[in-house]
Amino acid sequence: MARHLISSADLSRSDVEAILDTAASMHDVQRREVKKLPTLRGRTIINFFFEDSTRTRSSFEIAGKWMSADTINLSAKGSSTSKGESLRDTVQTINAMAVDALVIRHNQSGACHQIAGWVDASVINAGDGTHEHPTQALLDAYTLQARLGALDGRHVVIVGDLTHSRVFRSNAITLRTLGARVTVVAPPTLMPAGIASWAQRDGFSWSWDLDEVLATGDAPDAVMMLRVQRERMSGGYFPTAREYTVGYGLTRTRLEGLLHRNPDALILHPGPMNRGLEISPDAADAPASLILDQVSGGLAVRMAVLYHLLAGEGSAA
Amino acid sequence: MARPARSGPPAGSPIDPLGRTVLSSNEIARCLRRIAHELLEHNKGASDLVLLGIPTRGVELAHRLSAILAEVEGCEPIPVGALDITMHRDDLRHQPTRAPMRTVIPDCGVDDMIVVLVDDVLYSGRTIRAALDAVADLGRPRAVRLAVLVDRGHRELPIRADHVGKNLPTSHSEMVQVRLRGADGIEDVVRIAPGDV
Repeated sequence: MARHLISSADLSRSDVEAILDTAASMHDVQRREVKKLPTLRGRTIINFFFEDSTRTRSSFEIAGKWMSADTINLSAKGSSTSKGESLRDTVQTINAMAVDALVIRHNQSGACHQIAGWVDASVINAGDGTHEHPTQALLDAYTLQARLGALDGRHVVIVGDLTHSRVFRSNAITLRTLGARVTVVAPPTLMPAGIASWAQRDGFSWSWDLDEVLATGDAPDAVMMLRVQRERMSGGYFPTAREYTVGYGLTRTRLEGLLHRNPDALILHPGPMNRGLEISPDAADAPASLILDQVSGGLAVRMAVLYHLLAGEGSAA
Repeated sequence: MARPARSGPPAGSPIDPLGRTVLSSNEIARCLRRIAHELLEHNKGASDLVLLGIPTRGVELAHRLSAILAEVEGCEPIPVGALDITMHRDDLRHQPTRAPMRTVIPDCGVDDMIVVLVDDVLYSGRTIRAALDAVADLGRPRAVRLAVLVDRGHRELPIRADHVGKNLPTSHSEMVQVRLRGADGIEDVVRIAPGDV
């Protein structure tokens, strides 16, 4: 496995499988009374979050601590960044403290790639702008695999704001790496430009019509609802929230239709949810919903990623 | 150079044709039977015993021991688990990472039980050191014992086995190869191969 985890495309199928296998063992550790492994003793991990986050940051922090690494959280507010220090100077300062890994979330796409060229530490992308969020894709795959077994030939539908979604980009790659079929759905205003050639190259299908995707063709094994990212929308993508829900929300009616076609269909959402906007409370709290499983799986997957990047021979330390 | 406290080769690995057989299938069966009797004698019965095999071949040996114990005592099957020690190794930095195997703990847990660690080969003792740490994370057994099929010597830590199938004097350069029906798909055998000197 490479030293950094910047893009889901960095991971081969065997890499992904090794991470998911490890995550399964780590998931067992979470159920124990003593949730501590000595594996990363003496390693230092800095979580540098230039953008808000609850679950990603806390799960990286807990994952590091449970593996006995020293983890430190930094955010843009409260660091020298707010005094005008450049990104390069900031990360080189941290690098000079001989840390072993930098977990980075940044609002600019490509920030992690850029930083990886400046530092000796392993860089783990915890979400960069609208580019990628590889550990989210791994935890989604892990959560699905725990329920469905091997994902070969499974049909996963991803719905929502594709233009701004790093979760979609990473998921499309990882799910395909594992042999699943992906269909993506978005309103025309939130569908990325050039989706047709992109879909052809990366081997997924796309549509503007959610009801058609849910009702025709082979029934989805899982539907992943993406968050409507209000912070990235300067306006004009859809007329009203109500209209978005009618066209693209997982409403009670759509949920019933989905479960009617495939009683074992599963629902995912990377969180945080806008209840009543992209996902109805009926769907979010349905037995088919894996949303909380995603959170606990996220912790196991992040432990697995830290293990594979930091524990072995040739790791950054 | 630190000699890695590596665990055995992956299941199904080929055997070295240059080696010689030191334990045949029948002899392995007799060793296990004797270890089972020793365990029962030492423990005054099979009560509170939990066998934890160290993957991969230790788990198979633990299952066989459990079957023999139940047969000899005429009791319920002795609980068997698997204890992966990958995350507790002291040589993680010296080799490529690999996905750990699953740790499976029987429903009875390990608290206040007599835990018997089962492995195929005892060598440096580092694997068992890691296993002791791993057990401590799971609970507090009343006692921990160690049963191994082969003790090849060269300990690097103050650790010894309570029950040994066969003591096998070896040199560092030699390789001890244990192959078992379940893990490797061939007849049980223990061989010594010259290794790459």
